[in-house]
Amino acid sequence: MHETVIAESLLAAISQEAAKQSAKPIAAKISCGTFNTVNDEILRFAFTAAAKGTPCENVKLQIEHKPIQGQCQKCKQNFDVESPDKRCPHCGSGDFQLLPDAPLVLEEIEFE
Amino acid sequence: MQKKKIGKKILSANEEYALKNSRFLARQKKLCLNMISSPGSGKTTILARTISELKGKIKIGVIEGDIQTDFDAQKIRATGAPAVQINTGGACHLSAAQISDALQNLPLADLDLIFIENVGNLVCPSAFELGETAKVVVLSVAEGDDKPAKYPAIFAKSKVLLVNKIDLLRAGDLVDFDVERVKADARKLNKGIEIFPISAKTCEGMTYWYDWLLKSVRAQHQGLAFDR
Repeated sequence: MHETVIAESLLAAISQEAAKQSAKPIAAKISCGTFNTVNDEILRFAFTAAAKGTPCENVKLQIEHKPIQGQCQKCKQNFDVESPDKRCPHCGSGDFQLLPDAPLVLEEIEFE
Repeated sequence: MQKKKIGKKILSANEEYALKNSRFLARQKKLCLNMISSPGSGKTTILARTISELKGKIKIGVIEGDIQTDFDAQKIRATGAPAVQINTGGACHLSAAQISDALQNLPLADLDLIFIENVGNLVCPSAFELGETAKVVVLSVAEGDDKPAKYPAIFAKSKVLLVNKIDLLRAGDLVDFDVERVKADARKLNKGIEIFPISAKTCEGMTYWYDWLLKSVRAQHQGLAFDR
């Protein structure tokens, strides 16, 4: 349920930009990494609740998930890691090093 | 209709506080460990035991995070160590701004090590940096050995994994828990993680944990870079 804090921070960031642009925001695109453990449904629900009665009411969220990547310690190629059991799709090795996870980012706002 | 590229980190406000805390702690040469686990894994018992056993060697203070009550802070104070209680009032994790305030309410000059006992939750606290030197994840054997695979974020981000309540493994086949599986899964996510199987109740394995703490406090005193 940390999505409520994320929703409030996101609302603040969109509101700030909207005030700067003097325009009404209608959609926002965000991206997040695996380890931000964002649940889309909860984030949308929390954002709707937080934005009610503000100029950001009705802003549609587009949420992109960037899977965490690992680097194979044998052939040095990068690949998505869905579970700790993952093996390198290039050489089959199970020895990988996780690369830094993508942060939570407000990528783009669409204005009316 | 127009689109504008933003590229702003959504949790930047928390990250600014976290950076401030981390710089402050580095300047003060204090080791600060953020302890994260499910409710009931034994965080408070581990802390109380650690404080008592290391009395005379290092001085420890604790920031306690709970949704309600100051039960945990009371248990820490009973050991003679200073404790600050934060009640989150429903929030499932601590945030860096709360830690900035709490640090001001601890007698820092007298302390070597500050523990932050986060709200019991294996998911949310891992997404909020507090400015700590390192994270310590606690997993008790009754929770099951599939947790690193199910909740990878916290195991990937922690410097230490304490596998607690290993005394229960002697209870015949009452608890199915394969310590080797946990070690292997955690190391797949995090090659450098230190893993200590312990029982805070019987003290089994605790000396390895104490040695790691003493070594890390010394390194922090000397201003050595802490490898997360």
